[in-house]
Order: sequence, then structure tokens, then C-alpha cells
Amino acid sequence: MVTYIIRRLIGAVIMLLIVSMATFAIFFLVPQIAGATPEGMASRYVGRTASAETAKLAAERLGFNDPLIVQYGRFVKGVVAGAEYDYGPGVEKCPAPCLGYSFITRQPVFPDLMNRLPVTFSLAIGAAVIWLLAGVGIGVLSALRRGSFFDRAAMTVALAGVSLPIFFTGLVSLLVFAYGNPFSWAAQGGHYTTFLDSPVQWAYNLILPWVTLAFLFAATYARLTRAGMLETMNEDYIRTARAKGLGERKVIVKHGLRGALTPIITVFGLDFGLLIGGAVLTESAYSLPGLGKYAVDAITNQDLPKVMGVTLLAAVFVVIANLIVDLLYAVVDPRVRLA
Amino acid sequence: MTAPLDVPGSATEPAPEAVLAGADRKAIQGRSLGQIAWMRLKRDKVAMAGAVVIVVLIIVAVFAPLIVNLFGHPPLEFHREKIDQSTLVPKEPFGGISWDFLFGVEPQWGRDIFSRVVYGARISLLIAFLATLLSTVIGTTLGVIAGYFGGFVDTLISRAMDVFLAFPLLVFAIALAGVVPDQAFGLSGDTLRVALLVFIIGFFSWPYIGRIVRGQTLSLREREFVDAAKSLGARSPYIIFRELLPNLVAPILIYATLLIPTNILFEAALSFLGVGVRPPTPTWGGMLAEAARYYTVPHFALFPGLAIFITVLAFNLFGDGLRDALDPRGR
Repeated sequence: MVTYIIRRLIGAVIMLLIVSMATFAIFFLVPQIAGATPEGMASRYVGRTASAETAKLAAERLGFNDPLIVQYGRFVKGVVAGAEYDYGPGVEKCPAPCLGYSFITRQPVFPDLMNRLPVTFSLAIGAAVIWLLAGVGIGVLSALRRGSFFDRAAMTVALAGVSLPIFFTGLVSLLVFAYGNPFSWAAQGGHYTTFLDSPVQWAYNLILPWVTLAFLFAATYARLTRAGMLETMNEDYIRTARAKGLGERKVIVKHGLRGALTPIITVFGLDFGLLIGGAVLTESAYSLPGLGKYAVDAITNQDLPKVMGVTLLAAVFVVIANLIVDLLYAVVDPRVRLA
Repeated sequence: MTAPLDVPGSATEPAPEAVLAGADRKAIQGRSLGQIAWMRLKRDKVAMAGAVVIVVLIIVAVFAPLIVNLFGHPPLEFHREKIDQSTLVPKEPFGGISWDFLFGVEPQWGRDIFSRVVYGARISLLIAFLATLLSTVIGTTLGVIAGYFGGFVDTLISRAMDVFLAFPLLVFAIALAGVVPDQAFGLSGDTLRVALLVFIIGFFSWPYIGRIVRGQTLSLREREFVDAAKSLGARSPYIIFRELLPNLVAPILIYATLLIPTNILFEAALSFLGVGVRPPTPTWGGMLAEAARYYTVPHFALFPGLAIFITVLAFNLFGDGLRDALDPRGR
């Protein structure tokens, strides 16, 4: 078990290294391949209004002329140990963990990210509860009543669900439930109250995004659970369980569902990790001030360090989620930790 | 979707005993796998409905200028006389839907929504098809290499696929689409954006195909016909191209078809976020982003949204049907 955990931890560290390289490549290598000069890249950091002189100086000081490996080393060092930027107008400090420093707002990105994180987390956790209950429940019922009216209706709705973009359902839900008509009862987009301030208001503001986001995922999970249940319910051990006189409920939940649940845990870990890293589309559709909206707004303003911060943080969450799933696996399934 | 998959042609053809007795010699002709799959597919009404919608969409996309000429106005043409200049919403009720403007007019500029939805199909399908092609080529190549050669190569490629699947794709994609300047690689404007989106989407979605192909190759590699080819002295390239690939066509076809709707959604999402093909070129996602600012004109969101929904649904239905037809064990 200990070796297993150590192996997974090493895997996670390698993953983080790859992520840092990919992020570095996107923000520093791709623009150069695409033909941006060091001055051009620096001007993105000091603002478009800066003169050619300033840009040139900034490029020199920010080190865009250095060899790539040196730039990458500096990038990693900045993340781990903090960074200081001396690009002309003055020295800017960015304490560790420096996931980026916005030269437009003259602020390190990390505190911003920590402010935004609770919003995204609230969105993800509420939606996850709904979609797990709905998706797995519907999937199990569908599989047990395969071919019935319920099954066909549920699977049709599920297929429609995976075919609907969330920025469209989000818009429609706002039009129907939130904007000026006599029946609108939900909060309009753009509002967020922290859970500690008022749990009721918190839930009221998030209920529409929760349901919309959950609908999308519930559709996927229902299809997944149904397929998994159909497979496990045909296994021999189910027949054995029935033969030894177990109640049908116990057979379904303890034997059938348990076998079908393992792939769902994997997918869930990944989905949840990805969501915490920024539910970009949902947050944009409902104007929720989370990490995803932060990244999108930053892209619109060409404030690249902010986007870089979100990218790095999002990747960290995915790596952590993967690690947790791996460890959960070892707890659930003894074959994994012995292998 | 769960139509029973029995042996094709049961009602019209003579009973097996009659065939054996030679009552109808023509019925004994062998059928290729493709023919059997086609017969199954033809009887799957839902899948065929999807196929019809797809064909119609492709026709619409290809002949967009002609259709817009007949039923609409140029997609970039302003019709300010249709717009109430103080509120910026269409003067006429129902967003100005009429025989002249089938889907009504856009708020603020008064552009023809019908034409823009029709032209939007071009960008959407073009990017989705090309991106799927790219990811299929990458996925098949790496999948076959990993599955056939195994060992270190397999570990490397499989790990790479895991990494790709675990990446926060959308955030990476918007970052990537955001950092590339307006002129790059000798391209500019819409051509650059389309090429960029094809590359990004294709590059991030190849592992879906790669995984399937690798798995199939792993099991095919152990089959007798591969052993036979080897013992006859066939080299790796011959085995890969002549023995393995023909057997991989079905799964590749299925998962490529199912990847198209995902890619359509991906493109729409990037356009919605403002990092796709740039306005004023009409895209479905871009139209939805604009519609979000005019919630008093619901039809503006409705038409591009429905366009995405119908397109994606059609591909999903057809893909599901194709899977059932080519691989009945999957059910």
C-alpha cells in the first residue's frame, strides 16, 4: 500500500511538471512560434500604449531574449519561490506561489484566484450532488427496466441533454425562470453570496446554475450507469446472490451497483477536478465571478498572466483529483494496490 | 434506439429450410460485413433520421450563398430601419420574424438571423469535420503504434493519452486561442482562426480515438490471422496496413462519427467565449454570446441554439445507430 501511494505521488509530481511545461509552452513558446517578437510579447505585459522603447527595454528585463530553457527555469522558479519583475517602471514583487503577475492591474494573480475559488467550488459541489443523485438513480432504474417506456424516455432526454450546449440551456433557463415574467422565481445571473453570509441566499443564487450544469452531467452519468448496470447485472455473481436468497434490493445495490460504480468514480474524479479548475461556460452564461469567468474576462482584456494563473491552478486541481481517485481505488479494490 | 438486432431480412426471405433445399439460390449469396451493417442501419429509423438531417445540414452549408440569396439577406448587411434606435431591439413583434426575415432580425444592427444561422453552419461543420479528421489521423497512428509495438512505446503513448485526457481542456484551449496573434503562420483573418481551431480541437481530442484503436489493436495482434501473416514472412508495415487497419475501420468510423458532435460543441463553446472565429463572421456560438446581452429578444438566442442542438443531436443519433449496426455486441 505504501509503495502504491509513493508511486502515485511520484506520478502526480511528474504530471505537475508536464503541466508546467505545457503552460509555459502555451504562453511563451506558441506566441514565438506564431511569429511574435520579444518586443511584441513584452508589450502585452506592459500594455499596448507603451512606446517601442519601453517594450524593448521590458523585453530585455523580462528576459524574452534568453534561451527557452532559461526562460522555463525562471518560470518554474517564479511559481515555487516567487518572482520579482523589473520591467522598467519599477520593481514589482510577486510572492510565492506566483502563478502570474498582472501588469495591467499591477497585482499578483494568486490572491485573486483564492478569492474566486469559493464561487467555483460552490457551483461545482452543488451541481455534483444533484447530478450524481439524478444521473446514477436514473441510470439504475433505466437498466433495471430496460426497454420500458421509462427507459426509452430517460435515454431520449439524456441524449438531448448531452447534445445541448450549456451556454444555451443557461440562457434559456435565465429567460424562462429569472428575467421579467410573472413566473420567474430564480435569481438573475451575476449574483453570488458566500455560504457563511447567508446559506439560503447562497443556494437561491446558485440554484439555476446548479440545475443546468447538473442536467448536462446527469445525462452523461445516466448513460454511463445504465451501460455499467446492464453489464454487471448479467454477471454470474448476481445470479449467485439471487440464488442464495438475497433480497432484490440488496442484490441491486450491494452487488450490481457496486460493480458498476468503479468506472463512475473515475469519471467523477476527473469531471469534478476539471470543474473546480473553472466551470468556464457555466460561469460565463450566468456571469458568476468564479475562476472560469476570471480567465475569460482576462482573455478579453488580453491580460495573459491571469489566464496563466487559472490554467496552472486548474491543472493542479485535476492532478489532485486524479490522485484522490487513485487512492480511493486502492481502498475500494484490493487488486489495485497489490498489483 | 434499443431496437432488437435480429438477423437481417427475416420476413421477406424464404425460410432457412427452403434455402437449404435450394428453393431460392440467390438467397445463399454471402454478404459482406459492410452490407450486413448497412441493412441493419437502414432499419434503424432514428439513425436514418439523423443521417437525413446531417445530409440536409451539409447541403445547407455548401450552398449557403445560394440559400441566402433565395430566402434571406446577406449575413453582414445592416437593416437599421428594422430596429428601434432608442431600445436597440427590433420594432416589429416576435423579433421581426416575417416572410422577408424568416428568423427575425438581430437587435442593434438588424442583420438577418436566418442568413447568419445558415452561414454559421459552414464554420461549425467545417471546423468539426477537419478537427475530427485530424484527431482521427493522430489517434489512429499513435493508437496502432502503441498497440502493435507494445513495451516502452506503448507506455509512453498511453501515458501521453492519460495526460491529455486529464488536462483542463477548455482553459488550455482558450489560453491557446487567446495568445496567438492576429497574423501568424502566414495566415490571417478567418483562415487563421479556422486553422487554429481545427488544430486546437483536433490536438486535444485525439486520445479518445487513440484509446479505442490501441485497445482494438492489442486484441487483434494476438489473433490467428496475424500469426499466419507473420509465419508467411510478412513485415510490420504489411501487417499493420493490410491485416490490422481493415479490421479497425469499423471502430474508427464509429468513434470518429461520435467525436464530430463533441467537436461541434467545442467550437461553439470557444466562439461563445470570444476566442473562436472572430465577428462579424457569423458563428452559432458567437451569436449566442451576443444574444446573452439581449434577453428581451428571446428568438435571437433560440435559432442559433436550436441549430447547435439539432446538429449535435443528429450526429449523436447517427453515431449511436452506426455503432449498433457495426458492432451489435456493444448493446
